[in-house]
Amino acid sequence: MYAFELERPTTLADAIKALGGEEAQPLSGGQTLIPTLKQRLAMPSTLVSLTGIDELKGIKNEGGTLTIGGATCHADVAKDGSYPALSDLAGHIGDPHVRNRGTIGGSLANNDPSACYPAAALASGATIVTNNREIAADNYFTGLFETALDEGEIITAVKFPIPEKAAYVKFEQPASRFALVGVFVTKGANGVRVAVTGASEGGVFRWTEAEEALSSNFAPSALEGLSVPADGMIGDLHGTPEYRAHLVGVITKRAVMKAG
Amino acid sequence: MTNVTMTINGRSVSGTVEGRTLLSTFIRETAGATGTHVGCDTAQCGACTVHVNGASVKSCNMFAMEADGADVTTIEGMANADGSLGTIQQAFQDHHGLQCGFCTPGMVMTAAALLKENPTPTEGEVREYLSGNLCRCTGYHNIVKAIMAASGQDVSSIAAE
Repeated sequence: MYAFELERPTTLADAIKALGGEEAQPLSGGQTLIPTLKQRLAMPSTLVSLTGIDELKGIKNEGGTLTIGGATCHADVAKDGSYPALSDLAGHIGDPHVRNRGTIGGSLANNDPSACYPAAALASGATIVTNNREIAADNYFTGLFETALDEGEIITAVKFPIPEKAAYVKFEQPASRFALVGVFVTKGANGVRVAVTGASEGGVFRWTEAEEALSSNFAPSALEGLSVPADGMIGDLHGTPEYRAHLVGVITKRAVMKAG
Repeated sequence: MTNVTMTINGRSVSGTVEGRTLLSTFIRETAGATGTHVGCDTAQCGACTVHVNGASVKSCNMFAMEADGADVTTIEGMANADGSLGTIQQAFQDHHGLQCGFCTPGMVMTAAALLKENPTPTEGEVREYLSGNLCRCTGYHNIVKAIMAASGQDVSSIAAE
């Protein structure tokens, strides 16, 4: 690793001040960032650790909305259970040690195209709360590892409206436990929403054709004959674009079945 | 350089670290507790697993400064007060849950975390919980068996010995 300064603020205000410095970068659970630093793929001069800030941690369920602090680890979301599909997703990220460190804010800020949380945020119609503003999930994910966050902007919380029905199914890459294809389906006040992760070169996306079909009939059979084009899907040694496109259909059906 | 202090296996340890100093480095080089092994150094193998404030973490994937003030338990903290092997360690010996032994500290720390959460896990739950710990010798069967035995369950029907 290159040498850098590590700041460990205990308040959000101090963290934002520290992030104002040149080439400063936030560090949340570090489960992606620390290996990246070891490979010298990133070289910030200052890292600002967010995990010592109590106001960024914790989970509140109020009036059907689950608010999760940005620095809340996956294990805490897995244990919470008030949004069962989300807890199920969090409990299957990586391995137990990763879940004790990795955070929801870190995952959403990184926006890995194969990460699980982006699918939950997009399918739930979540709101990403930062130190400056609130961003609807529909406007937040802007591409591969790209988000609407500005330089130095921190995710302070994520607000999830708890839907009537929801489920997440991932076809996992067994070594990394990232999603080869993962689909999060919800049915609630926002209608039916289907978000797909792991598949597209553009990162997480909504499969609107499936949403329309499921709106009139929320059953796996409603998806018969629907498919996504292989064009723009990820192709790597684990699967071709055609294979991933096929999986999107299969996994969406399984998610609908699991949602019940 | 920053001064950090943490409790490692009940003993207060202080040292001066750089921002980039990993917790695994602090445990091995400052505290001298070399039972924590660094296998891959890429957060995949789990040999460096320790408990920080009761939660299992990969100590090569956390900075020492992030554990300032924390209560850390390593494999050296797993033995009984008289120095004899703790229950999980003894079960690993009884069921041949190790061959070269390199992954064993991480396996034992992971097993301890599992049994705290789930005192009588199924074989499937043990295998799932070990997903972040790699062993290149035993093929896992005896590790799983040792953990099941440490939980006080009958392991006579579990494959391999």
